[in-house]
Formats: sequence, structure tokens, C-alpha cells
Amino acid sequence: MTWALLLEQFLNGFQLGVLLFLLAAGLTLVFGIMDLVNLAHGSLYMVGAFICATLTELTGSFGWGVLLALPATMAVGVIVEMTALRTLYARDHLDQVLATFGLILFFNELTRIVWGPEGMVIPLPAWLDGNVEILPGVHYPTFRMLIIAVGLGVAAALYVLVVKTRTGMLIRAGASNRAMIGALGVNIKTLFTAIFGLGAALAGLAGMMAGPIIEVSTGMGEEILILAFVVIVIGGIGSIRGAFIAALIVGLIDTMGRSFLDVLLSAAMSASAAETAAPALSAMLVYILMATVLFFRPQGLFPPHGRQ
Amino acid sequence: MMRFNLRIVCTASLVLALALFPVILEGQSFYIGVLSRAMILSIAALSLNLILGYGNMISFGHAAYIGIGAYTVGIFAYYEIYDGFIQWPVGLAVSAAVALIFGAISLRTKGVYFIMITLALTQMLYFLGVSVDEYGADDGLVIDIRSEFGGYVDLENRVTLYYTIFVILLATIAGMHRLINSRFGMVIRGSRSNEARMRALGYPVDRYKLTAFVIAGVICGLAGLLLGNYTNFVNPDMMHWTRSGELIFMVVLGGMGSVFGPVFGAIAFLLLEEFLSDLTVHWQIIFGPFLILVVLFARGGIDSLLGRGGRGHD
Repeated sequence: MTWALLLEQFLNGFQLGVLLFLLAAGLTLVFGIMDLVNLAHGSLYMVGAFICATLTELTGSFGWGVLLALPATMAVGVIVEMTALRTLYARDHLDQVLATFGLILFFNELTRIVWGPEGMVIPLPAWLDGNVEILPGVHYPTFRMLIIAVGLGVAAALYVLVVKTRTGMLIRAGASNRAMIGALGVNIKTLFTAIFGLGAALAGLAGMMAGPIIEVSTGMGEEILILAFVVIVIGGIGSIRGAFIAALIVGLIDTMGRSFLDVLLSAAMSASAAETAAPALSAMLVYILMATVLFFRPQGLFPPHGRQ
Repeated sequence: MMRFNLRIVCTASLVLALALFPVILEGQSFYIGVLSRAMILSIAALSLNLILGYGNMISFGHAAYIGIGAYTVGIFAYYEIYDGFIQWPVGLAVSAAVALIFGAISLRTKGVYFIMITLALTQMLYFLGVSVDEYGADDGLVIDIRSEFGGYVDLENRVTLYYTIFVILLATIAGMHRLINSRFGMVIRGSRSNEARMRALGYPVDRYKLTAFVIAGVICGLAGLLLGNYTNFVNPDMMHWTRSGELIFMVVLGGMGSVFGPVFGAIAFLLLEEFLSDLTVHWQIIFGPFLILVVLFARGGIDSLLGRGGRGHD
């Protein structure tokens, strides 16, 4: 184990963390404000990636693909909100879980029909396809650096939006008491649709960023969705700051665990035992973390203030 | 009065139909297979209904116990131990132990946190199954010989297996009926309607809920033991979170408020799945919106079609 490898895996973990944050931010906002458990958030991630793959093919440029796919994914999100999800706000969580589960089945099949059963590949332009030398002798893929930059940029923009603007004030007010801001004359319907669209665009962006690394395929949203849920539960549902911190923790622990747990374990037990135990344990690590956090803090690490 | 009769008639004819199917469909082993599966999932749905329908605990991880049951059969078979008198008690005991641990952790939380933590704990088992190479990882294990019960019951015979499942299903329904109407069941249902009041009356509600959680886990573990025997293999996919979602849907489709509802739900679910997948490979594009429509407009499930409007005991 060299320091270069450690740094590389650290960056990989960080990159997974910011991807998770892009998903979790929308999820936590939608839950915090509309009180809606949206399992179909992962479908927006998938749809975003597919749209981006097609647009990249058509325009011949990944940059244009992303720029055009963002509003398209947002539009899909807005349509879903206005047709299916709006009626669910007043329902209990069980109804929401089931109905959005139905949406997942629908979207998975839809992508299979539209884009075929095989996945798609998003080709990267030459300037993103190489490596950068981050330290003397240590190379890291340019595109992964870009993901980290985009993720941090979005986090900063969201911070400004939520803390410094009037819309952000409404979002925060909605998170602590949505009935009250409705009573104060804010058009909740529009606010909800806008927030959902924003969340959809962020989920789609995460899909577009992940697309060139993992193949774009049906069902790609489901595995990462569960991780995103782990993130918002650890972070405290409704808190963007919590989602950011928890996303980085989860991304780092997951990646580092997979890479280095066998080395750590072999210090404590025989090499062959470590080799057997490490993959199992590292796959379970984030869930153990979540169970531990919830055991001691059932509301997550950063529950929003004044939530009822 | 007439509506009440309708429920009895439907329930009785379903039980009768299940009892007679292997005789009528002699040789049509495909349908015997579909119905065996449907009855196994009915048992699982019945157990989920105890905590979901009566206790209002939305467990999104109930497939865990199916996996535990099936893996017990699979792992014993892997070591060439086929004795059902060893396999089954161990499977049930492990289900109980896991349900006790998972329940103790997740019942500390409420609402959506409860949904998420049951989901995450089951995902943990799923990934455990995926990553243990010794037991086949993704591919799982083949169960070459079904559980042996010292020559009393021969599960290798499809019809015998069918009737074994049928008898266990009937026993589960009867047991559930007694449990729901016992003092224990009353406390569980009472805490669903008004937990604070039950606490004020002096009931240790948490302990009751945990007990219900463990009972549900054990019964579902039994369904898992049957499923492993029926399919002759086990893989992590049986514990995937979408399986848990399907179980919830079976309960809701059948009707959460009634003892027998989940059986209707599970059988309707499987038949619908068979029917739609015969119709088109893209059957999920119909099934998904169907699920949404059931949630939005047919909240009481099949049970409410048979009388008593609305949702369960609300």
C-alpha cells in the first residue's frame, strides 16, 4: 500500500460522495418539504443518463449533451410531479412508497422499450479522457476530477440558493412548517413543483456524471438510490448540510472499505480469513454505519430545526 | 348480511380450489408450480400483514427472512445435511434471532426512518449474500436434494410438496386469526390506532411490537424454507429490496385489514404477473401504473371488494 494508492482511493471515495450528494440533495429536499418518500428518484438519475447518452450521440458533444439533458430531465420530473406525485403528498408513507415503487417499474420498462435492453455508453471528449498529474508522479482521471468539481460547485450553489435567496428562505420555511408558509400566502403548489424539478435535474446530473464511468443501463438507479437513502437518513432528513456531510462520509467509507479493509483485517487475523471476511464486511459497512447512527441518534446527525 | 356471505363464499371457494387443483390439473405441473409459489408468498404476505396491516410497522425489509429460510436449506444442502428436522428448526431460530436484532434496532425509530432502516438492514444481508464466494455469491446455491423428513413426507414429489405448503398455509391462516383476536393481537391493533393511549393504559407497547416483529420474521422464515425447497436453489436476489416491495404490494393489494386478504393479494399478484408476462415482455409497463392506480384508488384492496368499505380498521 503506497500513499499514491491511498490518495487515489480517497479521491475515488470523495467522487462517489459528491455523486451521492447530487442525488441526496433532491431527495432530502423533497422529503423535508413535501414529506414525500420518493423511491423513483433513482429513475430520474437513470432517465437523465439515458437522455444525455442520446443527446451526446446526436450532437456529437458530451458538453451539449449534458446542457440539453438537464432541462429535459427537469421537464420529466415536473411532469411526473404534476401527474402522479402531487396526489400523494396528502397520503401516508406506505402509499408513497408503493406508488413510487410502481413508477420505478414503469420507468425501467420504458427505458427498455425506448433504448433497448442493452445499455449505452457515453463517450468522453478527448480533453476529458486523459489523466491529470495531481501530485508529482500521481495521476488521476481528468473526468473524475471534473465530477468532484461539479459536485462541489453544485453544493456551493445550493448553499447560496438556500441560505442567501428568497426562494431559499421559502425552502427552509417549508422544511420546518409547510402549513404555515401556505397560510402566509406562498403558492405551495408552484414551490413544490419547482423544488421537485430542481431535485430531478440534480438527480439527472448525477446520472450524466456517472454515465461515462459506469455503463448507462436499465435499473442503474436502484442500487445508488438505496445508498442515497442511507445518506439522507444519516444526515437527517430535510437537511442539505447533513446530506452533504453524510454523502462524503458514506462515499469515503464505502470506497476505502472496499480497498483497504482486507489489509486492515489481516493485521488482526490470518490472511486467508481476512480475505474472506473483507468483501462481505466492506459491502455491509455503510449499512452498519447507518444502523449505528440511527441507534444513537434516531433523527440522524443534523435534523433540521423545528421539524414536527 | 349478503356481503358478509360473499366474503365467506370467496374465501371458502379459494381454499377449496387450492385443495383440489392438483387433482383437477393432474399432469399440468406448470400451474401446480405457479400455485405452490403463490401459496408460499401468501404465507410471507400473511406474516408481513401482522406487522404492516395490524401493527402499522412499514417494514421494507421483509424479504430478508425469505432469504434466511432459503439460505438455511441451501447452506445445509451444501454441506450435504438434508435432514429437515435439523434444517427447519435452525432456519426458524436464525430468522427469530435476526428479527430480534433488526427489530430492536429499527423499532427505536419512527415513520420514514423505520422504513429506511428496515430497508437498509435487509440490503446488508443482500450484499452479504452477494459477497460470500463460498456460498455462490451472485449465483447462489443449488439445492440438489430437498429437506428430508425421515421418510414421513417426500418433498421431492411435486404434489406432496404442494399439499405440504397448502397445509402450512392453512395452519398459518388459522394461527394468524387466533393471534389477531387474542389479547396480544388487541394490544398490537390498539397501538396502531392510538399508541399513546395504549402506553397510558400501562402496556409495554415496544415489547409487544418487538414480539410481533419476531413472530412475523419467523413465519416469513418458514416461507423461505419452503421457497428454497420449491425452487431448488437460493440466491441473493430473493432478499433484494424490490422483493420486499413486492411483498408489501401483495398485502396492500389483498387488503391490509383482514386476516385472509394477503392470500388474495399474493395469488392475484402472481396470476397477474403470469398473465401480463404472457401478454408482452414489457409487462412491467402495465404493472407499474396498475400498482399506482391501486394505491391511489383501490386502497382497501381485494378484501374491501368483498364488503366492508374503506381501509382495514380505520
